[in-house]
Amino acid sequence: MNDGTSYQVDHYCLIVGLPEEVDHHSSQALRKEMEEQLGRHYVRRIVFDFSKTRFMDSSGIGVLLGRYKEMKGRGGDTVLCGLNEQIRRILKISGIPGLMPCCEDWQTARDYRS
Amino acid sequence: MSEPMREQTRETVYFRMESRSHNEQFARVVVAVFASRLDPTVEELNDIKTAVSEAVTNAIIHGYEEKDGWVEMEVSVDTTARELTVTVSDAGRGIEDIEKAREPFFTTKGENERSGMGFSFMEAFMDTLEVESEAGRGTRIRMSKKIGQPEC
Repeated sequence: MNDGTSYQVDHYCLIVGLPEEVDHHSSQALRKEMEEQLGRHYVRRIVFDFSKTRFMDSSGIGVLLGRYKEMKGRGGDTVLCGLNEQIRRILKISGIPGLMPCCEDWQTARDYRS
Repeated sequence: MSEPMREQTRETVYFRMESRSHNEQFARVVVAVFASRLDPTVEELNDIKTAVSEAVTNAIIHGYEEKDGWVEMEVSVDTTARELTVTVSDAGRGIEDIEKAREPFFTTKGENERSGMGFSFMEAFMDTLEVESEAGRGTRIRMSKKIGQPEC
């Protein structure tokens, strides 16, 4: 993975450091790698960390909704953090804030009580 | 007499690219660089990039179903009207029901986790959106945006 995406598991929480641009192209590798991570670790929460992300389109929304459903199906949840204005607008139009809590940083997101 | 003068305020670039997913970023960057002639705000540039990304992604995923093909783009700026126009065309499979395709969250590729928000984003971030399509012949998206408009 050289597009800046990072994966870290901490307290049953998979923290995904998203790349600079989340589009159809980058979301293909993202989806595949997340599937591997979820197969390898016991995960109760996914944290999507947008702190490095400057661009996202509807392909990213597809990834978020896909993982949200998956986590919900196994009794877990999905939390977002590190959002800039552009990402916030995209999320808002798609109705994401009603589904996933948004936190300041990944530590707060990891410890967030739903 | 005034016609030729009027013409000078419009500049156009045209290019075509293979329907590969890494070209989505290329298309966004080219349009953003060209649009910067109108001195847009960061927010306006982001809007344009998102709309372009949606149109090109649709051509690659739906038009050509991730197979080989050409995506053609024409980008114009009108420095008098301060308007950007982007046309994205493919010669792919076309859209059977345009009205349905434009509905938020509607997708024919739910199994690939497509959100169905592509057209909604194009509508939200541009001022106008026209969709022309013919099954088996291809699709042409034309969208425009005025730069420097007060928020409404």
